[in-house]
Amino acid sequence: MKKYILDLRVRETVKVSGKHVLLKLTHDSKLPEMVPGQFVEVRIDGSATTMLRRPISINFVDYVANELWLLVAAVGDGTRWLTGGVKPGDVVNCVLPLGNGFTMPKSADEKFLLVGGGVGVAPLLYMGERIKAMGGEPTFLLGARTKNDLLMLEEFEKYGRVFVTTEDGSMGEQGFVTNHSLLQKETFSMISTCGPKPMMMAVARYAAKADVECEVSLENMMACGLGACLCCVEKTIDGNLCVCKDGPVLNIKKLLWQL
Amino acid sequence: MAALNVNINSLELKNPVMTASGTFGYGLEFADFVNLEDIGGIIVKGTTLHAREGNDYPRMAETPQGMLNCVGLQNKGVGYFCDHIYPQIKDINTNMIVNVSGSSPEDYAECAARVDALDKIPAIELNISCPNVKDGGMAFGVTCQGAASVVRAVRKSYHKTLIVKLSPNVTNIAEIARAVEDEGADSVSLINTLMGMAVDVEKRCKTLSIGTGGLSGPCVKPVALRMVYQVAKAVKIPVVGLGGISSAKDAIEFLMCGATAVEIGTANFIDPAITVKVAQGINDWLDAHGCKSVQEIIGAID
Repeated sequence: MKKYILDLRVRETVKVSGKHVLLKLTHDSKLPEMVPGQFVEVRIDGSATTMLRRPISINFVDYVANELWLLVAAVGDGTRWLTGGVKPGDVVNCVLPLGNGFTMPKSADEKFLLVGGGVGVAPLLYMGERIKAMGGEPTFLLGARTKNDLLMLEEFEKYGRVFVTTEDGSMGEQGFVTNHSLLQKETFSMISTCGPKPMMMAVARYAAKADVECEVSLENMMACGLGACLCCVEKTIDGNLCVCKDGPVLNIKKLLWQL
Repeated sequence: MAALNVNINSLELKNPVMTASGTFGYGLEFADFVNLEDIGGIIVKGTTLHAREGNDYPRMAETPQGMLNCVGLQNKGVGYFCDHIYPQIKDINTNMIVNVSGSSPEDYAECAARVDALDKIPAIELNISCPNVKDGGMAFGVTCQGAASVVRAVRKSYHKTLIVKLSPNVTNIAEIARAVEDEGADSVSLINTLMGMAVDVEKRCKTLSIGTGGLSGPCVKPVALRMVYQVAKAVKIPVVGLGGISSAKDAIEFLMCGATAVEIGTANFIDPAITVKVAQGINDWLDAHGCKSVQEIIGAID
């Protein structure tokens, strides 16, 4: 897919939680095609302590409204600027779309389970919307520490069935996503997951044991985002792969994780 | 429109802007963003005689206006380059230059000989300055004898333009430059990265997998500029300047300090189209100042 450097204009910023902001970006001309699981490298302006772009996964693309949504967690100085310093009307420079997306269902009746944790739920919204658009019904399993850390639930509910776990039991079933009773009751042909590494490893362990195909979205620290600097490598059965170019989505069969 | 062409001995560049090895892949990764043929030279990823896996992750730490890396020369070896990558890049109409590294003078010489046989590669950049590998690399670049021994070996097997990339992690970089000039290098490029370190205070550990890494980005520019100035005064061969260049103004500073050409590295990560913008910006500056050729500003600072 052709990649672009675009000056996107901030149409709206939505405070989704105490530390998460949804940026709704638009462009003068039609946004290019992007697929679920791909990401954007966002330039951070006006920061004395950072230099590199920040890789942010594509949360949603609304081609009718010509909007790209990025769900950003304030983690360091770069993302703090994105979540606090950026205002409607501002321009955010993005390189996009980058990396490879999740495998999509081949037919509408394939059952896909989309498992997200924390801000890692972001790419699953766009993926769920695409699955629904092809006539399927995705199942979302979303986990967070508490009810207040569950992000964009009402959006997910538009596109499929939503199951929730919280560590403190304030919403849904108590525990981690892999403890949810859904996993004992139903079977799926593919599990697509994005979230903290320990969560993705637990999901991968479940998938390997249940003999279900599973793809994870990795977030190794990147510099270029283009496969040039070789900083974000992950060890795989094919040697070191660049998460930015060969991923970020990889099948767990490729990884050398101890499951 | 000023004349931007420069020569590094017999190597003709359409403009003085090249890419720094390890920051631009094989050029192809940036083909969506720039017309590769508008860049004076593309120096591709460091290549060694045998494949190297590189160092463990994490390999990168961001610093104020810079970054540390300890990639460790990950590459599939010169054989893979010749068979699989060269066919994809040989018809790009600019100077495609291979950065050659090794762990002994014999390794360097053999790798260089393999590249010498490739028609469309008019030059190599000899990397005697990588701070991220235990064997070879910077070990050769920090003494005059070590640097000379590699250049002497390569000069026997390599017959085209030979640029030697110098390490800044030395007490007197001009001495090293003179040592490689004496062995027949056609040009020197500098600076490679400055050795540095980063710490993760929460985890109470070193951030990078091997502890140390090479610092690059705008934060190193003043050091690079000083070294380019010193080396340009010390040698007769053309000097290629690099280190933190991220604008046409930065590039012009290096040219004025005596660099015949420049390389752009880390800035490619922030703006993948920066190379052509810098080349255009140099032209605009020359036009605005009534200069007919870039030659008028090379070494303009006494």
